[in-house]
Amino acid sequence: MPLKKQLHALSAASLLALASVGAQAEMPELDLDGDVDAGKAVAMDRSRGNCVACHYMPDADSPGAIGPALVAMQTRYKSKNDVALQIWDPTIKNPEVVMPPFGKHGILSDKEFVDVVEYIWSL
Amino acid sequence: MNKTLTTITAACVGGLLAAPLIASTPEEDRETWNAFFEQRFPQVERTDFVNGVYSIDPVGRENWEAIEEFPPYEAAIIDGEDMWNTPFANGKTYADCFPDGPGIAGKFPHWDKDKGMVMTLPLALNNCREANGEEPLKYKKGPIADLLAYITYESRGQVVDVEIPEDDPRALEAYEQGKEFYFARRGQLNFACASCHLGNSGTTLRTEILSPALGHTTHFPVYRSKWGEMGTLHRRYSGCNKQVRAKPFPAQGEEYRNLEYFMTYMNNGLELNGPGARK
Repeated sequence: MPLKKQLHALSAASLLALASVGAQAEMPELDLDGDVDAGKAVAMDRSRGNCVACHYMPDADSPGAIGPALVAMQTRYKSKNDVALQIWDPTIKNPEVVMPPFGKHGILSDKEFVDVVEYIWSL
Repeated sequence: MNKTLTTITAACVGGLLAAPLIASTPEEDRETWNAFFEQRFPQVERTDFVNGVYSIDPVGRENWEAIEEFPPYEAAIIDGEDMWNTPFANGKTYADCFPDGPGIAGKFPHWDKDKGMVMTLPLALNNCREANGEEPLKYKKGPIADLLAYITYESRGQVVDVEIPEDDPRALEAYEQGKEFYFARRGQLNFACASCHLGNSGTTLRTEILSPALGHTTHFPVYRSKWGEMGTLHRRYSGCNKQVRAKPFPAQGEEYRNLEYFMTYMNNGLELNGPGARK
């Protein structure tokens, strides 16, 4: 095989490998019908969502002040899907944002992600 | 109207993208850095930034000042002084390597032209040990932190004055790499050093106030209550990287040395006040 072709094959293989790693760049098709209470637990858990580290939310214990307060979400986002996209990878809307890409980097499992979206959308 | 907004947005984004391509000199960087913190914390005297988060947190400061009355790093200074004065197996001492010692912390980090690398104080101390047939010390905690505590204590009041010599382009390159490290996002949580300690300094992560980057290097090594012991600057770097779920780089490896070079340069003009005590 000529070198150039080999290189192509190699890069195609590594691209495939990258794409198949757990975390996905694009938000996959998910049924956004999570559990509000489970989502709340993830949002408050220091080692999981830890939304409270930066955001005020109702019932939050010692919330941080880096991000905006999570209130009246349904007046601020057109759809649950928009909220989901924002949590999946907030750098799409604003590359300078500090918030971690919870879906894209696999910080949350799909179940946790869908639950958190449900909870945040309910606020 | 919509079109105007779009044009403005496009221009802004273009500006952002183009910005890194316009080279700024280290001195310009330092001026920008200082101006940023002056504007962000107008109530803080410039010289007070060496006190880290306590320069902007009056409540935390009261606790900290109480801790400083019986400094938790005192034992480390005493142990470090012993190390400094105890001869190596060959009869020589650290003073043979550092005739101006022990107060030499203000001379580090510096660009070592012969070696083509940033020379830090811990690295120079280990070079001295190895030149005298002694095993090198580990870089994050333990005896190295004691020895650094003593040397740093003896260097208190020295003014940070890091040079980037113009006769060796590799020095500027090392500085630039350190700067890039500071602004590069890393880890699963996708944070840069700058994410917390520049743009969000002074805000709160839960109840923790994020300390300003200015002054960050002046007080190491530190006794950190969280550690329950002394640790070096590179131990802290390693901890920061782990917190954002990134793989830490080796202490005293090129990445952290260059980062220290950049960060310390930003502190030029401030006084050394180590060793310190932190939460």
